[in-house]
Amino acid sequence: MDSVVHEAEGDFGPRDWAQHPPFLSPLYKSTVLRSPSKPLIPMKQCLSVRTGPVFGHDSLDPLDDDLTRNGRVNGEPVGERIIVTGRVLDESGRPVPHTLLEIWQANACGRYVHRGDQHDAPLDPNFFGAGRCMTDADGRYRFTTVKPGAYPWGNHHNAWRPAHIHFSLFGPSFLTRLVTQMYFPGDPLLPLDPIYNGVPEGARELLVSRFAIEVTEPLWALGYEFDIVLRGRQATPMEG
Amino acid sequence: MSQTLKQTPSQTVGPYFAYAWTPERYGRRPLATNRLAADLLSAGGPPGEPIRIEGIVRDGEGAPIRDCVVEIWQARTDGTHAPGAAGFGRCGTDDQGRYAFDTVKPGTCGDDHAPHIAVTVFARGMLSHVFTRLHFSDEAAANAEDPVLATVPADRRDTLIARRGETPGSVVYRFDIRLQGEGETVFFDC
Ligand SMILES: [Fe+3]
Repeated sequence: MDSVVHEAEGDFGPRDWAQHPPFLSPLYKSTVLRSPSKPLIPMKQCLSVRTGPVFGHDSLDPLDDDLTRNGRVNGEPVGERIIVTGRVLDESGRPVPHTLLEIWQANACGRYVHRGDQHDAPLDPNFFGAGRCMTDADGRYRFTTVKPGAYPWGNHHNAWRPAHIHFSLFGPSFLTRLVTQMYFPGDPLLPLDPIYNGVPEGARELLVSRFAIEVTEPLWALGYEFDIVLRGRQATPMEG
Repeated sequence: MSQTLKQTPSQTVGPYFAYAWTPERYGRRPLATNRLAADLLSAGGPPGEPIRIEGIVRDGEGAPIRDCVVEIWQARTDGTHAPGAAGFGRCGTDDQGRYAFDTVKPGTCGDDHAPHIAVTVFARGMLSHVFTRLHFSDEAAANAEDPVLATVPADRRDTLIARRGETPGSVVYRFDIRLQGEGETVFFDC
């Protein structure tokens, strides 16, 4: 598990800016003052970014991957129970094993536990809304949770975020770090959402999970599948 | 190795990451904190100089950003990275946009780079995160030879230099981050 092992395997390919949203995306108003105005400066990858933190199972608590249980006080959380699973892969399709994922989400009513969330929808005393898990040797992760609700926000008149789950991933390097959001198929709010639409057309569709009857557990929970692709190693490893 | 899959697009952390990323205030165990020194020292290797890094994250108008997270990744004092996650830190900004890390000053990294810390910044309003690099003001000679600083226009280099200050019993480096506008921090594509 020594991070130095990763380093020997060479550089990571670049961030693919045809896939990622630009910093400035004026329809999402908060980007206007929070987007760098000067171009990024290309940087050769050195040891300090080709390596990255490696988390182990000691970072996890037993119920971290089950959001229907890790916030319980006196009963089941309210909402449509779902299983969210998928694989974390690199760009060449290789699994990213034993890497940590963090998720957070609103409850079934569209309300976050966060002290800053003033949306007038009920908090669920049995739902906290945050979880973690590790991918297995095949890059697969799995969470049990409830389907989050849509919620209003102040970006523009009658703005509502489509239902989504926030994902945070590490991968093998500080460079493979990714924070994203997973959406649900057929959500009518998606075409209206400036955050989703900030991603280039043709790429944003990768953020929509797939309803998966084969993941669905009879009499228990609906299944959704969401694969995540991180930056991979460059085709030709660099010397030294 | 051919690149057959497309990278999953980035999205903003939004305003409500705190209970997942800095959940101490909700009575939950955090994955990582802004107190790195103990883990780095117990990870083996020679002890280093304990330091504090602090600063304010500001937007294009100079206003502090309170829904922002700074993550760092650094070597130990001997320039090697600890196995595991020692050397990784995470800090959410407070209502005044302030962040801080209690850590150990890193040494010269394996290659010919001056001592530095890799930094990423996430915030509501940032659809993709940014990378930057913290260098130390008391390493002028090494900074002058640093291959990354050399690629940065001279008039912007000081945005990457944390200023050393000493008070009785502590060493504090000041590293403000400006996302946009006057004194905009240099961000890297790497
Ligand atoms: Fe959200």
